[in-house]
Parts: sequence; C-alpha cells; structure tokens
Amino acid sequence: MTDFLKKRTSQIVTLENDAPDIACDKKSLAGSVSQRACVFCGSRVVLYPIADALHLIHGPIGCAAYTWDIRGALSSGPQLHRLSFSTDLREKDVVFGGEKKLYHSLVELIDTYKPNAAFVFATCIVGVIGDDVESVCRRVSREKGIDVIPVMSEGFRGTKKDGYSAACSAISTLIGTDDTYEAPEYSINILGDFNLAGELWILKDYYEKMGVNIITCLTGDGRVDEIRRAHKAKLNVVQCSGSMMPLAREMKEKYGIPFKKVSYFGIEDMSEALYEVAGFFQNKEMMNVTRELVTEELKELIPALEPFKRDLAGKKAAIYVGGAFKAISLVKALRLIGMETVVVGSQTGNKDDYKLLQKLCDPGTILVDDSNPNELSTFVKQKGADLFIGGVKERPIAHKLGLGFCDHNHERKEALAGYEGMMNFAREVHASVMSPVWKFVK
Amino acid sequence: MEKESLLTPKSSGFVSTRNACKLCAPLGASIAYRGVEGCVPLVHGSQGCATYIRRYLISHFREPIDIASTNFTEDTTVFGGAMNLKEALNNISEQYKPDLIGVCTTCLSETIGEDVPQMLKIVEMEADRPADAPRLVAASTPSYQGTHAEGYREAVYSLVKRFSYKPALPESHSSINLFPGLWSPADLRHLKEIMTDFSLDYTLMPDYSDTLDNPIWDQYHRVPGGGTPLQKIRNMGGAKASIEFGVGEDYYKLNQNSGASYLEEEFDVPKHSLLSPIGIDQTDKFFELLNELSGKETPIAHTNERGRLIDAYVDGHKYVFGKKVVIYGDEDMVMALTSFLKEVGIIVSLAASGSEGRGLKKALSSDDGETTVMADADFEEIREFCLENKPDLIIGNSKGYNLAREIGVPLVRIGFPVHDRIGAQRILHVGYRGAQNLFDTIVNTLLQVKQDKSPVGYKYL
Repeated sequence: MTDFLKKRTSQIVTLENDAPDIACDKKSLAGSVSQRACVFCGSRVVLYPIADALHLIHGPIGCAAYTWDIRGALSSGPQLHRLSFSTDLREKDVVFGGEKKLYHSLVELIDTYKPNAAFVFATCIVGVIGDDVESVCRRVSREKGIDVIPVMSEGFRGTKKDGYSAACSAISTLIGTDDTYEAPEYSINILGDFNLAGELWILKDYYEKMGVNIITCLTGDGRVDEIRRAHKAKLNVVQCSGSMMPLAREMKEKYGIPFKKVSYFGIEDMSEALYEVAGFFQNKEMMNVTRELVTEELKELIPALEPFKRDLAGKKAAIYVGGAFKAISLVKALRLIGMETVVVGSQTGNKDDYKLLQKLCDPGTILVDDSNPNELSTFVKQKGADLFIGGVKERPIAHKLGLGFCDHNHERKEALAGYEGMMNFAREVHASVMSPVWKFVK
Repeated sequence: MEKESLLTPKSSGFVSTRNACKLCAPLGASIAYRGVEGCVPLVHGSQGCATYIRRYLISHFREPIDIASTNFTEDTTVFGGAMNLKEALNNISEQYKPDLIGVCTTCLSETIGEDVPQMLKIVEMEADRPADAPRLVAASTPSYQGTHAEGYREAVYSLVKRFSYKPALPESHSSINLFPGLWSPADLRHLKEIMTDFSLDYTLMPDYSDTLDNPIWDQYHRVPGGGTPLQKIRNMGGAKASIEFGVGEDYYKLNQNSGASYLEEEFDVPKHSLLSPIGIDQTDKFFELLNELSGKETPIAHTNERGRLIDAYVDGHKYVFGKKVVIYGDEDMVMALTSFLKEVGIIVSLAASGSEGRGLKKALSSDDGETTVMADADFEEIREFCLENKPDLIIGNSKGYNLAREIGVPLVRIGFPVHDRIGAQRILHVGYRGAQNLFDTIVNTLLQVKQDKSPVGYKYL
C-alpha cells in the first residue's frame, strides 16, 4: 500500500480476527480528494423530493446549478422540485448584502409558482455578508401566508451529516401544524425514502396490502400538507438512517412516536422491514397477510434470480456508498446472487453501522471510511473486484480500470428497492459484470 | 412590485435565476488546470465546491477527475484559510506528486478576503521546501463574478501571467500560442492536427485533449498524462503570435483578463482575436491567418475537407433553409455557431447565453433583426421565448432537453455539458470537419422529424 495519506490510516481496516475498529465521524483532510460533499448538499438532497415546495438557493449560482434536477426522486403530482431557483448573487450583492434580492426573489417566485411552502437554503457566503435570512423568511411568510423556512446549510458548517440535520430541523417546523387529520389505526411514516425511480410506490403497495396506511414519506413524493400530519403516525419506519435519525429521535421525544430502522434492499432486509411493522401493530391478521405477501413474492423472485446467480457465482464486488447502513444490505443482496464483497466503505458511516459491517463481511475484506479515488482504485485492483457499486463519482474509477459498475446513489434511474428492485439489481449487476467488452480491457 | 435601484431585473422581469444557463467560475478554472501537464486543481473553499464540480465534469467527460479542496470549516471561515491551504498542498503533494497545483478561489474564500497569491508565495519561500515540490499558481474565481467560461479564461490568464517570460532561446520564436474556448477534447485534437499539418510549432493553452479523454487504464493514473507542459507555458512570451478564440475581439477590452492580451502587453507577442472556427466563414478566417503565419498554402487534406463540406452544404441546403433555431450556451460558442447556422440559411431566432455577454450583445445586436439576443439568460427565459416563438430545432447543451421535450422539437446536443448521452468528448465542432459533423447532424435531425411526421413514411428521401 503506497502513497496513501498517513493521517488516514485509522480509517482503513482489513478484516482479520483481531482487526481494530475503524475510525469514523472525522472531518475530511484538506487535499485528500474526499468523495464527500458539503452541508448544503446534505440539506438539498433530503428536502429536494418535496414536490410542492419552492426550493430557493440563496447564494451565487454554483450551488443551484449543480443541483438542478439531479435526483431521480419522482413525484406523482407537482414537479416544482425539479426546477432550480437561485438568488444568483453577484459582486454588488456581496458588497451591499443580498437580503433585498432574497426578498424580491421569494415574492416573485411565490407569486408565480404558488408553492405550498418555501425552503430557503443559505449557502457559504450568506452569513459572511451578513444577510439575516431568518428575518426575510419571516417577513415573506407573513406577507404571503405560507411557511417560508430557512435552512441554515452553509457549506463549511460541518459535513453532509450536519446538512441532514439542518433539513430535519426544517421539516420539523412543518410537522404537527395540522391537527385536524384523523389517522387510520395502522398509520406509519416512512422516513428516509426518496422515491428514486418510484421506489416508494413499490413499498407503498406492500404496506397497503398489509392494511398499513402511510401518512407521509419523508421526503419521497413529499407534500407539505402531508408532512404537517406526520405526528399522527403510530410508528416511524426509518430507512436512510444516516439522514433521518435526528428527525426520528425528535419525533419520539416530542410526539412519543417510536421508530424502527429498516432497509428495503435485498430479500432479507425487505422482508424484515415488513415483518417489523406487522409485529409492531401486534395484529395477527396483518402478520398472516405479510407472510403470504412475502411468500408470494419470493416464490417468483428466488427462481428468477437463479440464472443470474449461476453466472455471477464467485465474482467479487466493491461497495462505496454514502452511508454504511445501506452497505450492509448491499453485502447481503450481493451474497444472494452469489457475489462476494471484497471492499466496502462509505462517506459518512457511523460506528454502529461499521461494527455490523465488520461482523458481516468475510475476512480479508477492506473496510474504508471517507475514502478517495487513490485508495478506492488501489483497493479494487488489489482485491480483484469485478464490480463497483457506488455513485457517479465512483463510476469512472470503475470504468477506467475495466470493472463493471452499478449506480446505487441518489441519482439512479432504476428502482432497486423491494422485491422488484432486487430483480432489477440482479439484472443490472449481471448486465455489467457479464458484458463481453471486458475481454478487450486486459 | 417596486424594485430597489440595486436590483437589476433580467429580461423576464425576474430578479432570481430560474434554471441557470451557466455554472460557476471555479468549474471553468478546474477544466483549464486539468489541461496543464502534471497539474492537480485545488479549490479553495468548502468541500462541496470541489465535489459538485467533479460530479458535473465526470458526468460530461466520463473520466476520473480528481479535484482537491481545502475543506473550509467554521474555524477557517473565521480565522482564515492559510492553514487549510497549506495542509491541502502537503496532502496533494504526498498523494499525487504533481508538477503543479492550480488553486482557484471560491465565493467563500474571496468574500472573507483571502490573499491566496501571497499565501502561495510564503509557502514557496519556506526554507525546508523540497526542490522537487510542485509549482503553485492561483486564479481569482469567485462564483459571484462571471460564469464558468470566465473562470476558465481567468485560470488560463493566471497560468500565463505566473509562468511565461521572454525566453532567450531562439527556437520558441517560431511558435504560435493558441487559446481555445471551452472546446471538446476532439476539437483540441483537431486543432493540433491542423497546426501539425501546417508544420507550425504551437503551444495549446490549455490542452485537456488527453487528460480529460483517456484510453482505458490498467492502473489508476493519479495525474493523467498529457496537458500543456509547463516549459511551453514559460516560452509563450517568446512566441511569434497568439491566436485567441473567443468573442472575436479583445477580451481585455471587455474588462476580462486574457492570456493573449497579457503576452502582447508584456512581451509584444502579436495577438489575433478570432471567433471559434465553426463553419466555413470562421474556419476560413483561421486558415487565412495560418497561411499568413506559416507562409504556406492550406494543405490539400484540408482544402479537400472544405470542398467536401461545401458539397454537403449543397446536398442538404433545402432541408435547412429558413428553419428557425434557438441556440444557447457559452457566449463564444453561441457567436461562432450563429455564424455557421446563418451561412447555411438557418434563421437563428434566439441566441442566448448565461453570461453577461458584452461581446455577444455587441456583435449580434447590430445584425439584421431576425435574431433575439439574450445575455444573462436562464432556461426559463429561453423556454418562455420558445413557447411564444416555436423553433424547428434547439441547439445547445443537454440542459435544454426538458424544454425541447415540452415544445416537441428535437435538441441537437453540442458544447458543454452533455449529461444525457455518451461521447460528449468526441463531439467535433471546429474546423471544416467539425462543420461537416454539425451540418450532417442538423440535417439528419430535421430529416428525421420530416420522416416521422409524414403519414407515408418514405424511406427514400
């Protein structure tokens, strides 16, 4: 292992019997070329799927331009979230302050697009130039009669995780503002699904078959008025725990709603997510329906996966994703189609999730936190990976070195959740790993 | 709505920008830095800037693009970024062993008043700095000033200003400095081919034709091969002439820094400002200049390409005549494209750019009145124009796709970025060959519309 940054040694672990725990939750080193983004990115991706809200980015143009219509988060109705709005601050605004421009931008956009709420993202320079975003938001909210919610997401104020928290705080100001709603008995919220490629609709279908009502999903296919009622749920089911745990904890404290951490990727975790909910409501009938549902789905899915498994048996995969909890599901899902994970890491995994990963993975697997192209490219070559699962920034590392690639990031356009998603996942992995083009790469 | 005098509404009357038709300056600077041999770009600001820029460029070039960040924190923002900058320079040197680190600033570092050139000077003067430590350069690229296109020019200017001098060596005196716009790697390769065919020595600044369009690798190349060698940049001050492709006149007079202007003022290197050589008229101007500079006739391969291009114009002229086209993108690209489209009989009903576009406005507003010029434009304004004046075709980067889909006309993808197709690096725009490629694509796109709409479906057109 040559030329890695020495200060990062504790964030790289090769799994052996007495392997130390991996270090995590550290700031990225300057100049490390981390794959992480910033606070703003964390807030933006979490709130993005709320489709009937105005998302106004207060700052110079970059932050808005780079996040225009980037998530594969679908809406069944309004599409306002797919537009990119910016105050596009110029030099004179930086000198004289951007509050006026923010005020007029909000007013004209609310008048034109009639959103049900507005989120205002503060970017890096907003605090530095002295703009009082909160007071502008309050003023516009008063004048226009809708919630105008500041999101304090200046890029330098921490990591992407802090951006998730800022987004959770913004959502939390809406929750509990509609008390008139009468929730059916078996009502839950889904936290941390973003309806990428319509994944929420797959899950909704399962839960509805079980007789479970989903009050709101945070934030996939999200609507402001549904979020207002979220406090009426009996249970919060949290998928992307990295982003949504602050909100789940807050709702437990404030409204007494318990939460369960689940994952919808792979057969085991998907089924577990359904059983957890049925178990929570302690309803025999619901549990029976759930068993039937899972049995039915598996009856079709397991044999359909067989041909893929035959081809993929013994192939090796590397995983580098945003949070480590998702990586756990991916390791299991890969095993289901005969593949072994040889490298696994995440941008912002926490201790608990890494511990689980450490227990789950085979000896020899390389575990890495907050990695970079140099490390990742070395590891995949060293371990002879055939496939890389990651996001857009990892794709060229894989392709340039002649590895297959599967996009499991928030920009993906293929549904990978649920039983249907497992089938898509197998198909995509197979299509990449088994392509005949690799013979030219050698 | 009363607007304070400070606020200048856009042509739509909005003060906000809706679906920007531009990116921020550090992105352009990062591309320019990637075009210098052995250079790693370093963005002085929050981590997100570098990551977003990487993601955006990777989706276009489909190449590994490592761009480092100084990772600002709250402390950095309060106390200054010198420590972070130094740590970043060390960590980049340790990991990448580059010849050069190209620093560009961001809105954040500029707003808190960072003096990056001074910081770099201090680092370079440190007594214990190893002899093989990378050279350093800084460009001032706050995102509240100009667009990615200006950031690109600014980094080029900074590189030239930092490294070039008047060399005593006589051999550099026959060389030509070439300053392209934000062209595709295929364009840069073609430009180099043309220079070679004229037997002209040249320095292409920058040259990312290899660094951002690599063959498949066996091992990860931390700093991909290719790029303008630092030694050649040093020698630019002794060149015979500079050719700056852009808005067709001196950037310097448009209050923008320009590498070619700097070399002219400092070292008397004569500067020739041209539009990008797109279409016959503009390519002819470029070739005439090469005739003059080389004292040679245009090589037969190129006159043949020109001849075949005219032959194609003749074959396809009826299909394009009078068609209305909306184009948008970088100012220099839009101006050169307008020239090309007009020479084949296409009406450019809208020429739009997200940049403030002093050159664009000046050049096209005096025209025949059939072209609306929109500077500082965003995609909602372009959309509103299209809804009122439905064109036959839209030409521009992939960000106009939703608009094209909404009004039901095809989009011909050119320029940067192209995020929804593969092969953006290989789109050839410049030279007679580039015009051939664009003309064929445009004609065939229009033919397909005609064919698809025909109730008969002739397969013989």
